[in-house]
Amino acid sequence: MSATFLGIPPFPEAAEKAVNDSRLRHNLRKATHTIRDKRASVVGELHDDWQRLRAEGAAVKEHTLRHLDRYLEQLEESVQRAGGQVHWAADAAEANEIVTRLVKATGETDVVKVKSMATQEIELNEALAEAGITAYETDLAELIVQLGDDLPSHILVPAIHLGRAQIREIFLEQMAEWGVPAPEGLTDDPRALAEAARVHLRERFLRTRTAISGANFAVADSGTLVVLESEGNGRMCLTLPQTLISVVGIEKIVPTWSDLEVFMQLLPRSSTGERMNPYTSTWTGVTPGDGPQEFHLVLLDNGRTDVLADTVGRQALRCIRCSACLNTCPVYERTGGHAYGSVYPGPIGAILTPQLRGMSSEVDEALPYASSLCGACYEVCPVAIDIPEVLVHLREEVAESPGHLGEKAMMAGAEAVLSSPRALDAVQRAAGLGRGAVPRHLPGTAGAWTDTRDVPDVPAESFRQWWDKRGRERG
Amino acid sequence: MRVALFITCVNDTLFPDTGRAVVRLLERLGHEVVFPEGQTCCGQMHYNTGYRRPAGRMAVRFVRTFEGADAVVVPSASCAAMVRDNYPRLGGRGSRLSRKVAELAPRVYDLTEFLVDVLGVTDVGAYYPHKVTYHPTCHGLRMLGLGDRPYRLLRAVRGLELVDLPGDTECCGFGGTFAVKNGDVSSAMGADKARHAVETGAEVLCAVDNSCLMHIGGTLSRQRSGMRVVHLAEILASTEREGAHGALEGSEAGS
Repeated sequence: MSATFLGIPPFPEAAEKAVNDSRLRHNLRKATHTIRDKRASVVGELHDDWQRLRAEGAAVKEHTLRHLDRYLEQLEESVQRAGGQVHWAADAAEANEIVTRLVKATGETDVVKVKSMATQEIELNEALAEAGITAYETDLAELIVQLGDDLPSHILVPAIHLGRAQIREIFLEQMAEWGVPAPEGLTDDPRALAEAARVHLRERFLRTRTAISGANFAVADSGTLVVLESEGNGRMCLTLPQTLISVVGIEKIVPTWSDLEVFMQLLPRSSTGERMNPYTSTWTGVTPGDGPQEFHLVLLDNGRTDVLADTVGRQALRCIRCSACLNTCPVYERTGGHAYGSVYPGPIGAILTPQLRGMSSEVDEALPYASSLCGACYEVCPVAIDIPEVLVHLREEVAESPGHLGEKAMMAGAEAVLSSPRALDAVQRAAGLGRGAVPRHLPGTAGAWTDTRDVPDVPAESFRQWWDKRGRERG
Repeated sequence: MRVALFITCVNDTLFPDTGRAVVRLLERLGHEVVFPEGQTCCGQMHYNTGYRRPAGRMAVRFVRTFEGADAVVVPSASCAAMVRDNYPRLGGRGSRLSRKVAELAPRVYDLTEFLVDVLGVTDVGAYYPHKVTYHPTCHGLRMLGLGDRPYRLLRAVRGLELVDLPGDTECCGFGGTFAVKNGDVSSAMGADKARHAVETGAEVLCAVDNSCLMHIGGTLSRQRSGMRVVHLAEILASTEREGAHGALEGSEAGS
């Protein structure tokens, strides 16, 4: 697996290509609307309870983040007490180093992986490959992406940008290189595709002795880790191998086992649009004679502490990676995930990526603007992250940084006019006089408007001129 | 009742018909309209693009201009939402601006809120013999929570046939500077909104925000779709005797 997000241009440029890709647009429209409607239906059936659950989810996360130091130490102690080992990773490089060392110590060169955003974020597979270790993705969509040497484009369904005919082609062309080949005569029937993946993966599960996972939640008081999934591949990875290594962002903590009650209701409904997901696996350290006998928890910071220091931006750390904001976002629906240049696409990616990576690159500082601020993301977020608020907050950081001189001059000019009724009136009168001379296609930035839209007719007199005249006529 | 009109810079400059319609409508309902002349812009463009300090200065101007008013009526949901939702974020905790905003903001209304909640009317005596569809703009829908107010007002208009807009709650793609910073995505969203609008078979698409209508209307016009956009105020101001624009039918906004 060599694909990375390096080289993807800033959002507006990447989006221009995406909106013109008819196959992509078709796949995204179909998938996002299906999942959006399913979510709306299972959330709707809870009526007022949903808003109470949502407030409770936000409150638990907020509380945990405020006392993260305490809960992290409690988690470490609980995991160690249960027979697990805990490692602390300040950044991606350190996390990759720890995991590579742990895998090497097992003597294995193959590992199976449970779908995990944290390991995508640190590009663990690439780091392992450099050390001669092959990481096999076992989530169906991650498998498709890996076989296709592609990039994930969605948090929950990383292959959302592909249609089933494309998946069939990838299976036929690539499966044999990685293991059990696709059956001859494979059709693009979803059942046939799933069966091909099942046969391919089953052999891998039975053979591989080391697994790597993330976690949806880490419970501080019991030391329990939790993975929610649909396919059962995770359950295979979490139970069959001898060694299990879990890479978990420090914001994934909940204080107590009973806090899960809230999130077990919020996450499946927001994520897959189901009342309950098919598989929920929980594990606490090691249990002699049952499941992996060696368990390592790698706690990952990688920028999260910096995010926590920002009083507006830190609400992004409440995120439980459900993807509801992606599925409802009108921008994501039209561009897909690759345009965001990060493993975290969509509205949550637009506020999380620039905070985790900083905004020193053109790609990262374009992300806070990849939104019309319509607020649909905030409306569906199960932990009430006010994404538009954070987007505007990050835009302020960009506007206060050096550069962007054209825009700054334009905004200063606009303020000069809009801060004085007399200046505004003068501009309006001038526009009224020149109203016949507005061309259909404008140059420069305004051309981005007139490419696809007519400009309105400029009126002969502004409202305030009319009002003034009316006042004078009435005496 | 004495009503202070905050026309908004976009309406003032490009869509004065909407302002005239609000004046005619409120006067017809027996209220006095005043236009505080110190008003300019709510600062939404600056705020949403990340220019917080200029937005703060415009908020100060707004508050100074309108603080004595009994009620401020705004024929733009996003500008009303700017004042009510975002002004409180602009002043620091306990600042003079914050105190003044807290005092004034509850008296700032989108036109439909003012009619339905404050005046308690849904039938404003309008006549508009056209097939119309309504687009709930995002800030009216999600920030102000206008709910069914615009529909109740439209259903009471004589002669008007109201048809549902498919995908109505989806953003039209305007988004202020988003429309030019991300022109391709904005246009793609606008194309879908225009397609849904045309599918209704309506003659007119109306909304409570001329900035969104400028985008949707500009798209419909570029496509020569034969459909026009009109601010809700102009529909409500229209009567059998006077038509949409006072004594004589004139050209309509945004088309």
